[in-house]
Amino acid sequence: MTRVIDVRGLRYRYPDGTQALDGVDFHLDRGECVALFGANGSGKTTFALHLNGLLYGEGSVEVCGMRVDAGSAAKVLADVRAKVGLVFQDSDEQLFLPTVLEDVAFGPANLGLAPAPAAERARDVLRQVGMGGAVDRAPYHLSSGENRRVALAGVLAMQPEVLVLDEPTTSLDPPDQRDLTALLRHLPQAKLLVTHDVEFAGALATRAVFFERGRVAGEGTVEEIVTHFRWSRRAD
Amino acid sequence: MHHVVLERWSRGASVLHTLDARAKLASLLIFLVAVSTTAPASQAAFAAYALLLAAALFASRLPVAGILGRAALVLPFSATFALITWWSGDPMRALSLAEKSFLSGLAVLITMATTPLVQLMGALDSARVPRPLLLVIQFLYRYLFVISEQAQHMRLAARCRQGAGSHGKARFHAAAGAVGVLFARSWERADGIYRAMLARGFTGRFPELLPARFRWRDAVFLCACTTALLAVRLGLAEFHR
Amino acid sequence: MHIPDGFLSPAVWATLDFAAVGSVAVAARRAQRELESPDDRRIPLLGVMGAFVFAAQMINFPVGMGTSGHLVGGALLAMTLGPWSASIVMTAILILQAFVFQDGGIVVLGANICNMALAGVLAGYLPYRMWGRGRHRSAAIFLSASASVTVSACLALAELQISGVPMPRHLLWISLGLFVAGGLIEGAVTVTAVHAIERLNPLWVRQPALPGPRVMAVAAIAAAVVVIVGVGIASSLPDALQNLLPGRRTAIAEWSWLHKASAGLAMMLLIYATCAIVGRTVSGRKLARQRSA
Repeated sequence: MTRVIDVRGLRYRYPDGTQALDGVDFHLDRGECVALFGANGSGKTTFALHLNGLLYGEGSVEVCGMRVDAGSAAKVLADVRAKVGLVFQDSDEQLFLPTVLEDVAFGPANLGLAPAPAAERARDVLRQVGMGGAVDRAPYHLSSGENRRVALAGVLAMQPEVLVLDEPTTSLDPPDQRDLTALLRHLPQAKLLVTHDVEFAGALATRAVFFERGRVAGEGTVEEIVTHFRWSRRAD
Repeated sequence: MHHVVLERWSRGASVLHTLDARAKLASLLIFLVAVSTTAPASQAAFAAYALLLAAALFASRLPVAGILGRAALVLPFSATFALITWWSGDPMRALSLAEKSFLSGLAVLITMATTPLVQLMGALDSARVPRPLLLVIQFLYRYLFVISEQAQHMRLAARCRQGAGSHGKARFHAAAGAVGVLFARSWERADGIYRAMLARGFTGRFPELLPARFRWRDAVFLCACTTALLAVRLGLAEFHR
Repeated sequence: MHIPDGFLSPAVWATLDFAAVGSVAVAARRAQRELESPDDRRIPLLGVMGAFVFAAQMINFPVGMGTSGHLVGGALLAMTLGPWSASIVMTAILILQAFVFQDGGIVVLGANICNMALAGVLAGYLPYRMWGRGRHRSAAIFLSASASVTVSACLALAELQISGVPMPRHLLWISLGLFVAGGLIEGAVTVTAVHAIERLNPLWVRQPALPGPRVMAVAAIAAAVVVIVGVGIASSLPDALQNLLPGRRTAIAEWSWLHKASAGLAMMLLIYATCAIVGRTVSGRKLARQRSA
């Protein structure tokens, strides 16, 4: 099975009645890197939250062959959340424990590891993302770039097959953006980059998808999408 | 901010910093109880307590002026009561009020300046303080800085928008509005945190921490403090009535 | 008002530490039920709301004459999270304030917790629970918030007095006046804040439960009032209390601390039991009358 994510006809309505997703078809293959573009409010983040069962809609969402919906068993959900690693836009919400080590060990601990092995795995992953020296630091003392890497470590510690990153370059300065790009390039997992940053997407993604009003309005390479939808900062 | 300075101090490398938090907390409690139960007339005892704290301060390699300055923050409150007591004709008690509150505050400060909060929480956990309460404290502390910064920005923005002729009542309602917005953002942040917890497989219970090891030197420290304090308390001081 | 170490006598802080430990354990369990969470999931909410209270205390509310007041927040927490959860949050705040900010002592933490996290929150919730559904909702909120601040301050003052910290009569009245003024500010601030919050999302402010048997409410209010008044009187008139005790010629001050602590605790339990029994009898008669009507 090469499809790690398979979404068909996904519809989702907010509690206030707005139709956030209106029939989305999407797939992600093993090892692939796809960029997701779209205006604010087009449903990108809402879509991302469906991929690990934080939200449920109509239609079908399958992760590594497992169906994710309101009726999914707890064991299935736990598996899905381990396989799909979601890095949120707001690192302050994602890093909620007092120290970096504790936070990164949270995922492995929830998967059943005892405190000592969980801490070991956390240390390994932190070294992998270049934050090995920050184990005892508190998250709010770290910079945006460092927080982003710790958040990524927290997700990698669960040994996922898919990484979903929501606006990962927000509030990152250019050097941090470069570092993040280099780091992601070396990771073997399938990646979905929800982003406004065309350069960042161009450096990593082999395919791009454009969201408009809760639907996929176009698919192609990053270049094609940017040209077709005039998705650029330049005012010609 | 105050607690940021305290955090910096607590990451030092002196002998006191490396001691187990449980030994320090236990010694602190014995100290506080000893001071609290010392009769006002035992000035010799107070001097002895001060000497013990001076030794601790020296061993901790913390900045003396900084520490004493922060410990002095308790003085306005106690000085007021001390003055009232002096006025009411009990100078010995007045002096002891000021001494007790200052010495107690200084002891707590030295302990917190040599113990990161996370370790203190671990020590409280060993003392069977309910885990839900400790977890709430941890989360409170984690987001204290973040939300306080938000509040400060809102204050600044409000002050920028305020004209010189702003009516008091309008400013009152604006302040209430600010509290409302801060509340909303905080609650929504809590929702976001819950989503982040679920996304990493939260099972319903927060994971336990690795317990620290209580070593020989921690036991020695605790015994030494207890002996010294008992000697002062029972030898030099009378029982407080 | 946070009491520092060194002010209260051992009898007082020992009793209150003991009372606080038991009450906090109860509150922790009840908070889980209140927030409908069988596990730890609501803990981040409590922590974040605690941080909110800290931060909100920085916001200035102009109260005239160039001064400004601030939100204390106990009542607001009780009305949005429920009284038991509010107690836990306030306890967490007090512990942090004592250790990290040296605001309030450690040995007397039990006293500060009883005053602000237990009595203060209870007083900050009962008026809202009893009258928060009707036409006088804003008045109920105002009363709740005022009571919360005034009750905790009065209790602190009473504890200081029992411990022998002298307070001349006129200063006592000035202090009480300041406490009432503080209560009025808290009332005004809380009412406007609750309205502002409701405008953003009415679900955030809890609707008080339908009025049921008023046993607990009556008992608690009566206990609080009796304790505050009784303690206030007793502390300023030590001789009168001595005369009340038949046969005991020695001054209370000469009892050992163990005697004092157990006496204090026994008194509180006696008052509470009396009020509970009276309240239940009154309620029972009321229910019987309703049923036969």
